[in-house]
Amino acid sequence: MSNAAGPMIEMAAVSKWYSPQFQVLKDCTTSVAKGEVVVVCGPSGSGKSTLIKCVNALEPFQAGTIRVDGINLSDPGTDLPKLRARIGMVFQHFELFPHLRITENLCLAQEKVLGRSRDEAMAKGKALLDRVGLSEHAGKFPGQLSGGQQQRVAIARALAMDPIAMLFDEPTSALDPEMITEVLDVMVELAREGMTMMVVTHEMGFARKVAHRVIFMDRGEIIEDRNKEEFFGSPRSDRAQLFLSKILAH
Amino acid sequence: MLQFDFDIILKTLPYLLREGMVFTLTLTALAAFGGLVLGTLLALMRLSTIPGLALFATGYVNLMRSLPLVLVIFWFYFLVPYIGQAILRTERPVEVGAFASALITFTLFEAAYFSEIMRAGIQSVPKGQLSAGYALGLTYRQVMSYVVVPQALRNMLPVILTQTIVLFQDTSLVYVISITDFLGAASKVAQRDGRLIEMYLFAALVYFLISFLASLLVKRLQARTAIIR
Amino acid sequence: MNYNWNWGIFREPNPEGSGTYLDLLLMGLNWTLATAALAAVIALVFGATIGVIRTLPSRGLVLAGDAWVEFFRNIPLLVQLFLWYFVLPELLPKAAGMWLKTLPNASFWTGAIGVGLFMSSRVAEQVKAGIRSLPRGQAMAGTALGLTTAQTYRYVLLPMAFRIILPPLTSELLNTVKNTSVALTIGLMELTARTRAMQEYSFQVFEAFTAATLIYLVLNASLTFLMRRLERAVAVPGYVTGK
Repeated sequence: MSNAAGPMIEMAAVSKWYSPQFQVLKDCTTSVAKGEVVVVCGPSGSGKSTLIKCVNALEPFQAGTIRVDGINLSDPGTDLPKLRARIGMVFQHFELFPHLRITENLCLAQEKVLGRSRDEAMAKGKALLDRVGLSEHAGKFPGQLSGGQQQRVAIARALAMDPIAMLFDEPTSALDPEMITEVLDVMVELAREGMTMMVVTHEMGFARKVAHRVIFMDRGEIIEDRNKEEFFGSPRSDRAQLFLSKILAH
Repeated sequence: MLQFDFDIILKTLPYLLREGMVFTLTLTALAAFGGLVLGTLLALMRLSTIPGLALFATGYVNLMRSLPLVLVIFWFYFLVPYIGQAILRTERPVEVGAFASALITFTLFEAAYFSEIMRAGIQSVPKGQLSAGYALGLTYRQVMSYVVVPQALRNMLPVILTQTIVLFQDTSLVYVISITDFLGAASKVAQRDGRLIEMYLFAALVYFLISFLASLLVKRLQARTAIIR
Repeated sequence: MNYNWNWGIFREPNPEGSGTYLDLLLMGLNWTLATAALAAVIALVFGATIGVIRTLPSRGLVLAGDAWVEFFRNIPLLVQLFLWYFVLPELLPKAAGMWLKTLPNASFWTGAIGVGLFMSSRVAEQVKAGIRSLPRGQAMAGTALGLTTAQTYRYVLLPMAFRIILPPLTSELLNTVKNTSVALTIGLMELTARTRAMQEYSFQVFEAFTAATLIYLVLNASLTFLMRRLERAVAVPGYVTGK
């Protein structure tokens, strides 16, 4: 199944409409290679969140193809739950399950989807919780943790599934400023270990530090898709320039 | 003024409780449980994208909610024996015991009301929770049973319990098919000994105390969950 | 299913000598409508009063209002009807008790008042919630303009509160109609009771119940339609009430 040579995520001419009049994605074509870290940025409403949600088919799209590890999402034979289990996703609002303890949040999908035993899932969960520095909160409920802590648990929950790639959908934009660093630190470490990552974010510091490529989107289109050095250095489209000046102004 | 004889209550209390109240409470508990399970299924059907299922559930819920409970009790009282006959393929309509008949009626009737509560509860769970479940590789069935329905139940618990108190009071309507629930037992004694005043006042007091205390507990629970969230 | 269907039964004369079986059911419907109408008026008048009382800044009045609501909400309707029908006349002075017992159409009056008072507790809850849902500034603005408390309620708070609670009041109205059937236990010959009578006279159980079911459905649909018309007629332009 897996193709070591090809890109991990491959999008070709992906288009999506909410209604015949309203197109949210226009012919989006890009790819993410194995071990590559790609940052997607752009103004709000540019379609970047929609794009990343298409990668694990949380959002349906009407035209184009997306392949993940060589598997075509639109193929009716594709087992979507199975594929999604191999792609980690981190959400803007964490989306920990509020009725489950932290350990149960970490174990649920390991047991129900991967069929791991409780002990096995627990050991894995505990190890990852330790890694994100939250071991002492194992028995708590999500509502008892700060936003930054919850997001770190959410990252651990995704990692517990041994994903082949991680998707981050604005992981820090719902956080108070003082909590952003603790989440970014975890993500930087992950990137340096060679995890394949697609990250929707406005954190240009993160992009400068670990990204290989930066994609800039506006009004549903991919306007720029370049190396980090090129994106931050060389001349670029007016829209990207305007966006960057606003983002970097403060 | 009349002569009151409250001794009659003390004398018949064991009968009232053992025969009557046990029936009422058992019926309430089982019908609430059955109604909640069935109601949750109806709510999921109603919210499903399969048009036939959604239409059936909507029709069922609206029909039940349009009819007086008394009429529904009569309906099932006469219908259940024929349904039993059709299922068991017997020659004559099946004799169904009073308790079974009442339980079937109240479960099916309450399911419509619980379904509306659970529908609101399921819709109160943010869409991101479903996305998170799917992103972890859970199937629709797993997302519903491990992520959405538990949260819906938790969010709706005060409403579910309040509806159960209403159900507890409504079970008194089995009186119309001459079943000996708590009110039925009190009524039997009242007629036999000509003690209507004492027995009905006592019945009212018992219903009031149970419902009132239960509703106080629900209010406290509501206040507590409000703080947590 | 070995059941002898006979849909022609509705055109056959009923043994009460009051026309056909259909006439029998329609007479029942008349009593249902009359009882529900009176009960609805009682529920609205008492419910509104108690609802308002529970929002006043007087501890005593609020407590009295709460007591009213708890009393009528925590006793089954059937038991309440028994209290008014069987118990109340005995507790009154002899003359008054006799008068009550010999009142013509006693089951109608008892049923309507009993259902009305029972429903008043639920209307009171809605009215209170409606008033509470208004911004606190509304009452202050009324007071600041020099209106008395009564005037503030009459001209400022209640007109908006009632518009807001019209949808839940609609379902309480439908509940009032449905609850009148409980009065068959004290001998009111309303629709469900007549249906039961028809079944006993003719043994055509399912025809009778099907007819009653259809009548209740039509009644529900008509009342819902009328209340929606009312909602639209009194809607305030530019003010969106959340569903």
